[in-house]
Amino acid sequence: MSAVIGAPHIDTRQRAERSESVWRAAAKRFAKDRVGMVSLVIVACFLLLVAAAALGLVASGWQTETGVPNAPPGFVGPDAAAQNQAIVGPTGPNVDISAVDPLAPRYAEWAEAAKKYKTTEAARATTLPFGGDRLGRDVLAKAVKGAEISIFVGVSAALLATLIGTVLGAISGYFGGKAGDFLEWVYNVFTAIPGILLIFAFAAVFGRGIGSVVLILGLAGWTGIYRLIRAEFIKHSVRDYVRSAEAIGAGNVSRMFRHILPNVSHVVLVQLSIHVVGFIKSEVILSYLGLGVGVDQVSWGTMLAEAQSELILGYWWQLAAATAFMAVFVTAFSLMTDALRDALDPKLRGLE
Amino acid sequence: MTAYLIRRIWQMVPTMFGVILLVFLLFKGFGGDPAEILAGQNASAAQVDAVRQQLGLNEPLWTQFWIFLKQIVTFDWGRSWATNESVAHLFATRLPATLTVMVPILILDSLLAIPFGLGVAYVRGSLTDRSIMVLTTVALSISFLVYVIVGQYFFAFQLGLFPVQGWSDSLATNLIRYAPLPVLLATAVSLAPQTRLYRSFFLDEIGHDYVRTARAKGLTEKTVMLKHVMRNALIPILTNIAVGLPSIFVGSFLIEVFFSIPGLGREVLLAVNRSDYPVIQAFAIYIAAITMVVNLATDVLYKLVDPRVVLK
Repeated sequence: MSAVIGAPHIDTRQRAERSESVWRAAAKRFAKDRVGMVSLVIVACFLLLVAAAALGLVASGWQTETGVPNAPPGFVGPDAAAQNQAIVGPTGPNVDISAVDPLAPRYAEWAEAAKKYKTTEAARATTLPFGGDRLGRDVLAKAVKGAEISIFVGVSAALLATLIGTVLGAISGYFGGKAGDFLEWVYNVFTAIPGILLIFAFAAVFGRGIGSVVLILGLAGWTGIYRLIRAEFIKHSVRDYVRSAEAIGAGNVSRMFRHILPNVSHVVLVQLSIHVVGFIKSEVILSYLGLGVGVDQVSWGTMLAEAQSELILGYWWQLAAATAFMAVFVTAFSLMTDALRDALDPKLRGLE
Repeated sequence: MTAYLIRRIWQMVPTMFGVILLVFLLFKGFGGDPAEILAGQNASAAQVDAVRQQLGLNEPLWTQFWIFLKQIVTFDWGRSWATNESVAHLFATRLPATLTVMVPILILDSLLAIPFGLGVAYVRGSLTDRSIMVLTTVALSISFLVYVIVGQYFFAFQLGLFPVQGWSDSLATNLIRYAPLPVLLATAVSLAPQTRLYRSFFLDEIGHDYVRTARAKGLTEKTVMLKHVMRNALIPILTNIAVGLPSIFVGSFLIEVFFSIPGLGREVLLAVNRSDYPVIQAFAIYIAAITMVVNLATDVLYKLVDPRVVLK
């Protein structure tokens, strides 16, 4: 009877004594980091932009040619009208050649047929908010659409690499023995080939497209995560709490992913976030080289590829737009990652 | 030492075998049919089959792997599918250009980043330190491509200080005329991450007790930094340089593409664009072999730098 009365009392006391969870403590530390919070807001804005672009709310018409070719930005003002003066049209009267023209009887028929097709030559703006590209497409819309693709590829590839690295690292670190040796061998093989060559080799066989780029970067980039997760699992698999879990009958998979993984998940999260930045940069380079996204898509990399030849002609705005978008996002994301690492692993604070 | 070397070389065998297996399976499993690529788009089924026969593609998988192994061991890669140039010749003629650019980059990079890193670490926490850290974060966030595009445009096209691109047959002309701009740009770009990295290495060492002891003995700051801290920080720095060493052979392919330098990196990229499988396979495997040898050499070098290191 007394046990029944006493039980709630003990329960509340235990709850009071229970220290706050790792995540809550980390969130508190993160909230105090002003740089981290600002960068988090910027990253969140970008992600909203990406979501809006993916849903077609913004920049869905990036392929429409709204301005004149290479339209300058609005704040620069339109190009001086110095064109169409090179060729002077003939001034004499037209010669009537209908008597000898073999096609003459059919002109009326064709004119009739042509009326069925209407082309509307939309009025093209002479300036666009941040300029236009070679075809007169709005650079700003392209940069937004490019952000969608580049960020999507970076995040997906990082998720893939983290998934591969975590699962293999967990197996290798937890089981050790034959499975561990085998995975170590796989790891050695993947790290023996320099990263960029590995990416090229994958690119040679997988071809182009968003899916391929995600696959290429994910398959070539999981090794670092594997290494760290394996070390964590080796350390944790002999700890008391894992042995206790074993004692109450938790199976291998349960111990690996329900008991150990939450305890090393901060490592996973930080690695995920570090890899996002790296993969975005890689995607930009791959797309620039023509090994990335398809020709009917736009990413920051394809924008830079176009911008290179435009720059020589003095059209700097596409380069500026792609660079600015990428620089802001990557800087914010790296600073957020730093803050995240500091918050989750206070021991590391101050190192680099 | 000899026993160590033999054991390390013995350990390379399974890894190398794995690399060969990976490359073989990758191109066999996911790559297009070489016979169709080789025979061209207008080939009849009989022609494709003849090419398959010739390449041994109708043999069982393990026989094909055996042929592949034999090619690697005898260095007989046949010819590039695109240019009909022998792969060995391709390797030999493209390597000098890559080294002409990459060796100066590596040397300049290390020579500049080490003092920068030491300097920034020495004034850690100060305004200089913090502003340099912010600056490098921002500098790092801009794509490498942008630096090269703008650098090439500004220094070569606008100011005309360097040729925009080009290459010659003479090493001296290359070094004096064509290499400086790519080397300077690449060094400038890699300086930011290197400085950050080396700063953290130096910071690790500066926090140790022996530094305090050295200062307590009355040694000058110069001696403490250059003799005590520097020598200890050399170990991670050396590792870092060694990690980057194998990439010297791949070259900075972007630099080579931008400046039309006929090096290995550009060749690999061309091969990828042309689906020139023999070239890509050969490069992946030989560069992997070179990487392993360089890693072994680094481990031996540790022993020379730091007598405390015991090779096991």
